[in-house]
Amino acid sequence: MKIHEYQAKALMADRGIAVPRGRVATTVDEAVAAVRPLVEATGNPVVVVKSQIHAGGRGKGRFKEHPEVGGVNVVLDGLNGGIEAAEARVRELAGQMLGSTLVTVQTGEEGKQVNRLYIEQGIDIATELYLSVLLDRATSRNIVMASTEGGTEIEVVAAETPEKILKEEIDPAFGLLPFQARRIAYALGLEGDALKNGVKFLTALSKAAVELDTDLVEINPLVVTTDGDVMALDGKMAFEANALYRHPDVAELRDVTEEDAAELEAKQYDLSFIKLDGDIGCMVNGAGLAMATMDTIKTVGGEPANFLDVGGGAEKEQIAAAFKIITKDPNVKGIFVNIFGGIMRCDVIAAGVIAAVEEVGLDVPLVVRLEGTNFELGKQMLDESGLDLVSASDMKDGAEKILELTR
Amino acid sequence: MSVLVDRDTKVLVQGMGKTGRFHTDKAIAYGTNMVGAVHPSRAGQIEVFEGETDHSGVQGRSDTYRIELPIFRTVAEAVAATGANASVVYVPPPFAADAIMEAADAGVPLIVTVTEGIPVADMVRAKRYLEGKDVRLVGPNCPGVITPRQCKIGIMPGYIHEPGRIGVVSRSGTLTYEAVHQLTLNGLGQTTAIGIGGDPVNGTNFVDALRAFNEDPATEGVLMIGEIGGTAEEDAAEWITANMTKPVAGFIAGTTAPPGKRMGHAGAIISGGKGTAAAKIAALEGAGVVMAPTPTDMGAAMMEAMSR
Repeated sequence: MKIHEYQAKALMADRGIAVPRGRVATTVDEAVAAVRPLVEATGNPVVVVKSQIHAGGRGKGRFKEHPEVGGVNVVLDGLNGGIEAAEARVRELAGQMLGSTLVTVQTGEEGKQVNRLYIEQGIDIATELYLSVLLDRATSRNIVMASTEGGTEIEVVAAETPEKILKEEIDPAFGLLPFQARRIAYALGLEGDALKNGVKFLTALSKAAVELDTDLVEINPLVVTTDGDVMALDGKMAFEANALYRHPDVAELRDVTEEDAAELEAKQYDLSFIKLDGDIGCMVNGAGLAMATMDTIKTVGGEPANFLDVGGGAEKEQIAAAFKIITKDPNVKGIFVNIFGGIMRCDVIAAGVIAAVEEVGLDVPLVVRLEGTNFELGKQMLDESGLDLVSASDMKDGAEKILELTR
Repeated sequence: MSVLVDRDTKVLVQGMGKTGRFHTDKAIAYGTNMVGAVHPSRAGQIEVFEGETDHSGVQGRSDTYRIELPIFRTVAEAVAATGANASVVYVPPPFAADAIMEAADAGVPLIVTVTEGIPVADMVRAKRYLEGKDVRLVGPNCPGVITPRQCKIGIMPGYIHEPGRIGVVSRSGTLTYEAVHQLTLNGLGQTTAIGIGGDPVNGTNFVDALRAFNEDPATEGVLMIGEIGGTAEEDAAEWITANMTKPVAGFIAGTTAPPGKRMGHAGAIISGGKGTAAAKIAALEGAGVVMAPTPTDMGAAMMEAMSR
């Protein structure tokens, strides 16, 4: 589960991790009202207005409605004009940003609507660094990853200058040890106050990552200020879904407006669904088989409209819900149901499909492949239902048949 | 011969809830030697299983069965009383890692964990706990392990399996069934099928399974089924090049998966450009593995690998 930058920074601040001061705003007036207290508290007349969306690349992003406005804006007007000038500029920016659509490298062409802004104090930056905590699957442990190449995407650093990435493994029995934190800090070139603050930052961040069950914490850039402070200038946190039950406070931070409506609906029925751009809907049991079904559709020349895993223990109601979610997508020109019954019985799948079609109708071709537990019964039920469908003998046959029917 | 489990395997169940009970019943029907269960608050009780024998499993049994399974407080007590040498974990996610560690502490040499949805941090800790112990963990989030007509531990449908010559190892449940079914139809059959699970942190990996199959005299070839995410398939390719003496066929799911999205399995995600199907397929082909272009071709790919 992803959260917004301002939420991540609040969680960090609660755990002793240094972040700039800031205030969130959902209206122009709130944005303007944030300026004075920030400037007065920090003595710095510079403020930054940052779009809050669940996608990276905001700094280089542009608004569809206002191509001259970026996703993140440093407001310097206060330097000469005082607080009032800063407020006026923030008013103008907030008016353009709120409700507008930000397009970044990660949002795709359609962009994302900005509903929240984060107004933050300006920082006098001496150095920009990179820091993250994530799972290393090869060792089954979390690692701290750091680099002197702050502000650059870590994938780019990894590809071009891998020697500039350093890693420290976090032993789950001990946490990040002080000497490891020092080793990273030295490698990042920190000295004096910055060294002390950096070690404190690293220790607190690695502890927070483990305590909060994060999938990923990424600070890019981590900045050293001209005063030797070490701060998270940006902060990204994603949480492991399986562990959210023990973090109800984090679970509350979910912003459903950032998520796909169909994917959310699927989640309510315990279905695993991901929307794709193609036109052949598929309903499958098992994640591997569902992926392989998409691949097979592609192999025979089609494009899958979705990934949908109904899981191992779905009931008739869930199957019906799954079928309805697929048929709701206007791009879908045909549906391929591919089931290998193990625990999931083919008769349950058949009953769910029949119930869904009775309720919402079906105006696209349907190909069904049933194999495994109770497949004869499932086929018989579908035959007797009078449903207009085509049976397939195996996965590839099914993919070919649905492609033929939709072309 | 086979790997991990055979007719001498004595199995304990950890987690006798609805799911645990359902699959224990299926395992008993198949002929698996289930010897006891562990449940902290139901110790001393007897769980009764009766029904019709699944004749696709262990041969030479009567048409019905009735088994009384004793329930113990701890794994250690259950092992002491029953001589169990394997355990299957159906414990709900919040408590599953503890169940794995308890089984390891009791010296159970094989722990098969079916539970899906265990927090990653719990598995990181559990794997740390298992370090240095002579224990094999299979899973979590896997269908289990089966040696046809000898022992079925987990949730796979027994009847699609047939004893034979191929070792199967897979990150995906239903794709394993698909593969096994094809190997049964084309007559190759299986020595043992191992589901290693779809989680990012798991016990047994491809290399462990390949090594076991390579050493098993009955296994003549291996079919491995991977998917996007992580580098376990690349590691397997490296190991195959250096060590494998038997033919290997394979399939990788997720060629069309978009980056950054979790495809059902917690471990099936392309992140930072890593873990793509293309990279895995290239690595395995480089190691001489015959790759099936679609899952429908897995059995044929295995045939081809065997005939080379």
